[in-house]
Amino acid sequence: MTQAKPRSPKTSRRGKATGKTTGENRAVGLPEGLTEQDLLNSYRQMVLVRKTDERLWMMNRQGKVPIAASCQGHEAAQLGSLLAAQQDGDCFFFPYYRDLAVKMMVGLSPTQVMLSFMGKVGEPYSGARQFPLQGADLEHRVIQISNVVGAGLTQAVGYALGGRMLGDDTVVLAYMGDGATSQGEAHEAMNFAGVHRLPVVFVCENNRYAISVPQSQQMAITDVASRAEGYGFPGVVVDGMDLVQSYQATREAIKHARSQGPVLLEMKVERLMPHTTDDDDRRYRGDDELEQARLRDPLVTFPAYLKELGILTDQEAEEINAEAQGAVNEATAAAEAASPPDASGMLSHVYAP
Amino acid sequence: MPLKSVIEAVREAMLEEMRRDEKVFVMGEDVGQRGGVFLATQGFLEEFGQARALDTPLAEASIMGIALGAAFRGLRPIPEVEFADFVWPSVNQLIGEAARVCYGTNGALPVPMVVRIPYGGGIRGGLFHSQNVEAYFCHTPGLKVIAPATPYDAKGLLKSAIRDDNPVVFLEHKKTYRLVRGEVPEEEYLLPIGKADVKRSGENVTVVSYGLMLHYCLEAAEVVAAEGIDVEVVDLRTLKPLDKETVLESVKKTAKLLIVHEDNLTGGVGAEVAALVADEAFEHLDGPITRLCGPDIPTMPFALPLEDAYMPNTEKVAEALRKLAAY
Repeated sequence: MTQAKPRSPKTSRRGKATGKTTGENRAVGLPEGLTEQDLLNSYRQMVLVRKTDERLWMMNRQGKVPIAASCQGHEAAQLGSLLAAQQDGDCFFFPYYRDLAVKMMVGLSPTQVMLSFMGKVGEPYSGARQFPLQGADLEHRVIQISNVVGAGLTQAVGYALGGRMLGDDTVVLAYMGDGATSQGEAHEAMNFAGVHRLPVVFVCENNRYAISVPQSQQMAITDVASRAEGYGFPGVVVDGMDLVQSYQATREAIKHARSQGPVLLEMKVERLMPHTTDDDDRRYRGDDELEQARLRDPLVTFPAYLKELGILTDQEAEEINAEAQGAVNEATAAAEAASPPDASGMLSHVYAP
Repeated sequence: MPLKSVIEAVREAMLEEMRRDEKVFVMGEDVGQRGGVFLATQGFLEEFGQARALDTPLAEASIMGIALGAAFRGLRPIPEVEFADFVWPSVNQLIGEAARVCYGTNGALPVPMVVRIPYGGGIRGGLFHSQNVEAYFCHTPGLKVIAPATPYDAKGLLKSAIRDDNPVVFLEHKKTYRLVRGEVPEEEYLLPIGKADVKRSGENVTVVSYGLMLHYCLEAAEVVAAEGIDVEVVDLRTLKPLDKETVLESVKKTAKLLIVHEDNLTGGVGAEVAALVADEAFEHLDGPITRLCGPDIPTMPFALPLEDAYMPNTEKVAEALRKLAAY
């Protein structure tokens, strides 16, 4: 694997075209490995996640959702990586707190997500003991114990080590933000994974901000991916605003991880919202920068690409948006009607039996 | 029964459990080729191979985090922290993460992991090879904390800890490793976590202790027995969860309580035992609850007179017992 620089937005939007016209890929220029169905499904997911994310902010302002960390701007990177993992069929996920798209689209319903953010009965990760979607969703092979930044990375590596000892073929996807790469534990995790050539794909969603601290004050390098060299495995820079490129890079990384050891994918993304619903990014981020970032919003560029490919019409896009809006409305209503957990359960599960 | 040292008992416990269950493995600095700095894992590399006697980079946070991740996958790791003094880089994974996993996943994810930690002073270890770390872990819900004093207890409790589905901090006092020998049965046995043991029965004063100090308490009990003071010595063995019943039962019998530990006085295990007895056996007391502990300085100093001055010992315990008995 060689280190790739991000392609220009214009070419990267097209992804790697094969020009095949056989089988399901009837449209000209479908990216290798992907069908029309894959792309449209990813678009549906992207819209559903965005509508959910927007609703969470609204509900936060209404006092109904205590906290939300937005994934707006990260959807293409997350869903591209997820698509590759789901195609592979044997991946385990250690996401971080900004990975709403990953956690939702591994198999949760919009209602489960809303229950989680409102802290209601039916919360799938922790029984509403933790911040939303934090704990474990073992049914969908996801663990995120805490939001101590970077703390999941050594655990992800340990999970891969355990898998190797048991003789399985699982590849672990360990997600982090750029901020997490400053943690000593990130170094320790990658170093150990490198020593033992463990099947781990480290996915760094680099939005250039650790809450308010810009990349220039976090590290003296341009690309987080370049750190991989120090651990003896490949680091790849990916345009994380491009779903197809994120998918392709992850697909290659998963193959490499299983056969040869870890890969560090640096998905360059934009954070389109403040750090969380409790943050005010006007204190540290200019309007110009955000305006430029919004031009690259995957919710704008991805449907445009699909239309360019001829697999999505304006009307279909509208339908997809309306369908997602309906699903989010239903989920919101269901979660609002749901009960909060009974405090009598507070003392249980401190210890396993 | 054959006589064994504490370190032999610890080694045997792991050996038996690793032979019994291939999901059990040891990992840490120098546990493979070197067999551990105290030789707790001597011969493991040869018998179980590199994967199950895993030498790690010198980085405690990842030793703990990787062990935790392996436990998530269903393994039963025994990470070793070479010296208690080096546990601090890993407490994010131990206190911050491992202790909260079961609760934070609503019981979905057990953590079958035993963190072995050689600890304690009186071995000229100075500030960074002598520390007592138990109080920090005892304060943390989700962890179990064990501190055996004898080879018999060390083996039986370590085997139980390895079979437990919770993160267990297993504290082995370094000075007991080769100094303390005792009978260990050939046949297999397990000891229950959370049960104290009355190591000496007596009527006049209860002394509660654990680890190395337990032995000084037993010696001191013999010294004052000659003076007509009949001491009951309770070995906590498990520091969390505390065996309240055994402590309360003993205090209700003797009406006097001395607590002895090497760890600093303030906020130590003794404070919790004292609070327990004040709460639940107040009417039975016939003297002040007394603590004989390490002073509140950052661990025992290196120079011999200073180290001696720090450590509780047989004479100091005997003196405290006399004072309490005379009250």
